[in-house]
Amino acid sequence: MTAPTEFHPWNDPQAKPLIRFQNVTKRFGEFTAIDKISLDIFAKEFFALLGPSGCGKTTLMRMLAGFEDPTEGAILLDGADIAGVPPNKRATNMMFQSYALFPHLSVFDNVAFGLRRDRLPKDQVQARAEEMIALVQLGPFANRKPHQISGGQRQRVALARALAKAPKLLLLDEPLGALDKKLRQETQFELMDIQEKTGTTFVIVTHDQEEAMTVASRVAVMDHGKIVQVATPDAIYETPNSTYVADFIGDVNIISGGADPVDGKIGIDWAEGQPPLTGICEQDIAKGETVFMAVRPEKVAISSEKPADRSNVVAGKVHDIAYLGNISTYYVQLSGGQIIKAQTANTRRIARRDFTWEDDVWLSWTDTAGVVLRQ
Amino acid sequence: MWGPYLMRRFALISIPYLWLLALFLVPFVIVFKISLSDIALSIPPYTPQFDPSAGWPGVTAFLSDLDLENFVFLTTDDLYWRAYLSSLQIAVTSTVLTLLVGYPLAYGMANAPDRWRPTLIMLVILPFWTSFLIRVYSWKGILAGSGYLNQFLLGMGVISDPLTILNTNTAVYIGIVYTYLPFMVLPIYAALERLDGSLLEAAEDLGCSRKSAFWLVTVPLSKPGIIAGSFLVFIPALGEFVIPDLLGGSKTLMIGKVLFEEFDKNRDWPVASAVAVILLLILIIPIILFQRNEQKQREAEQ
Ligand SMILES: Nc1ncnc2c1ncn2[C@@H]1O[C@H](COP(=O)(O)OP(=O)(O)OP(=O)(O)O)[C@@H](O)[C@H]1O
Ligand SMILES: [Mg+2]
Repeated sequence: MTAPTEFHPWNDPQAKPLIRFQNVTKRFGEFTAIDKISLDIFAKEFFALLGPSGCGKTTLMRMLAGFEDPTEGAILLDGADIAGVPPNKRATNMMFQSYALFPHLSVFDNVAFGLRRDRLPKDQVQARAEEMIALVQLGPFANRKPHQISGGQRQRVALARALAKAPKLLLLDEPLGALDKKLRQETQFELMDIQEKTGTTFVIVTHDQEEAMTVASRVAVMDHGKIVQVATPDAIYETPNSTYVADFIGDVNIISGGADPVDGKIGIDWAEGQPPLTGICEQDIAKGETVFMAVRPEKVAISSEKPADRSNVVAGKVHDIAYLGNISTYYVQLSGGQIIKAQTANTRRIARRDFTWEDDVWLSWTDTAGVVLRQ
Repeated sequence: MWGPYLMRRFALISIPYLWLLALFLVPFVIVFKISLSDIALSIPPYTPQFDPSAGWPGVTAFLSDLDLENFVFLTTDDLYWRAYLSSLQIAVTSTVLTLLVGYPLAYGMANAPDRWRPTLIMLVILPFWTSFLIRVYSWKGILAGSGYLNQFLLGMGVISDPLTILNTNTAVYIGIVYTYLPFMVLPIYAALERLDGSLLEAAEDLGCSRKSAFWLVTVPLSKPGIIAGSFLVFIPALGEFVIPDLLGGSKTLMIGKVLFEEFDKNRDWPVASAVAVILLLILIIPIILFQRNEQKQREAEQ
């Protein structure tokens, strides 16, 4: 469901990026909102920006749309510096986080606004606007004013308005946040469909990592104006480059300790008198360096007998159980007081659960499940 | 029968109505009654007088003496309708002029840095601290044949003969624009200040130039302010008396002046009242429109 697997221009050194951020810094007075970002985004990508509130996602988009100029560095579009090109001369459209719908215009006129500026023939404007309104399922509300529709409907109007001109680059700032889950999923697929049909490049901000995973060809995780990691969704999930990314995307257990590299794998002395844990690492790590092992809860198996064949085995007591319907998360307390999460799929009825509070259990995971990180 | 809550509510709601009744409706009824009377050499100078001591026959006699004679009279002398028309023309023209001056001012204020705005608003209101009469009077000194304006223009060599502005309609326009400018600026400023800047960004993003974004977004969204400001200028300008009297010439015909002359020089209260009643009827239309605009705006803001 993600973009076709053969599509990864970022691995091709010949490929020319559509957008290139070159050491871009943006300051507001003393405050640095974007801190020396270098980033390539390729044509036809579905690029997701993820990060905590205030990390600079909107600012990055506003620079692409032309509302802010970089304080330092340059942004190239098709190889040309776009500093100073006004927003109305850029082949980009932005969906605003605040929607920015025109309150004096009806839903229809909001969607048709951009088309009319292009001086398209009336019937084309009409047809295109109707098509967009149908796409976001707002047909019955076309004649209402923005203050007469619900928050989620407004969000869809904003989306339709941004999509209407079919620009080369679409910037969507949290386009689906106000929608219910079902509508959000439908719209996600709609967006991917549009993307496939039109070849538009999407840059999308989202707070919903599942959404980023579903739609994005690549995900950039940001923190305090910096990009921490850019990678495909599966790479971000499986091989995060820092505990920050591991923690930001999905759930994770972090265990720290001194490193002990042995034949390509890393041993971690994580507790006195316990055998070391082993994991994989793509970086060179010196002996004795403090490192962190990140293990996803769903990769931690829970059992009442000590498993013989796993390289990482720890003992503990069930501290808490969170039942989430399809899965259960066990919070297991180790003898050192540390809590490790283990997730199991609930294939059986809850009454027949194997473990309950205060049970002594064993947790285990393979060495490929544990990713060893420096920071 | 009524709970204390309803009583209190009723009392609260009735205050503005009592206010309107006492200060608007009662005076209007009195003026209207006078407009139906006849001029007389007495104090007050009209007849019939209502005499409650005469009982019911007194009332009927009083009522039968009232007639529409004065309104008929207004139609026979073309001075009156010409004065109404000329007032309308002057009020409309000066409203448009005030808008043309006031909008850029309000726009500049709304786009000024935040910390300047309170000062700018102060500056707009500041003239109110001086008496209106003195301010209009001082325009005489500016606009007169040997006034400051002519001295300045002659000194600069822009003109070789002094301009005659004082005692013409131009001076009246200047006076009205000057006097009522704050009433135009403040509502427009309020509308512009509320305008969400991201709307203009959205317009630009969708292909508008700065200029067309102004016409397609800023102007429509400041419309409630424009309408409110225009009525606040138009309504008092229509009945304006002091400005045409002080700055206008003998040819400046305004209904306010006619009204004053009927009352003061001719002591013809009934005709003056009839003139006032017609003026009010003319004003009721824009007042209702104004209220509608306010109402619509309130609904849109919910
Ligand atoms: N015009 C501005 N003046 C000063 N500071 C600003 C301005 N715009 C943004 N900032 C600051 O820059 C930082 C990044 O803002 P930005 O809007 O890009 O965050 P964001 O990642 O989009 O957050 P969110 O997820 O909450 O939308 C914030 O700390 C914000 O306060
Ligand atoms: Mg944002």
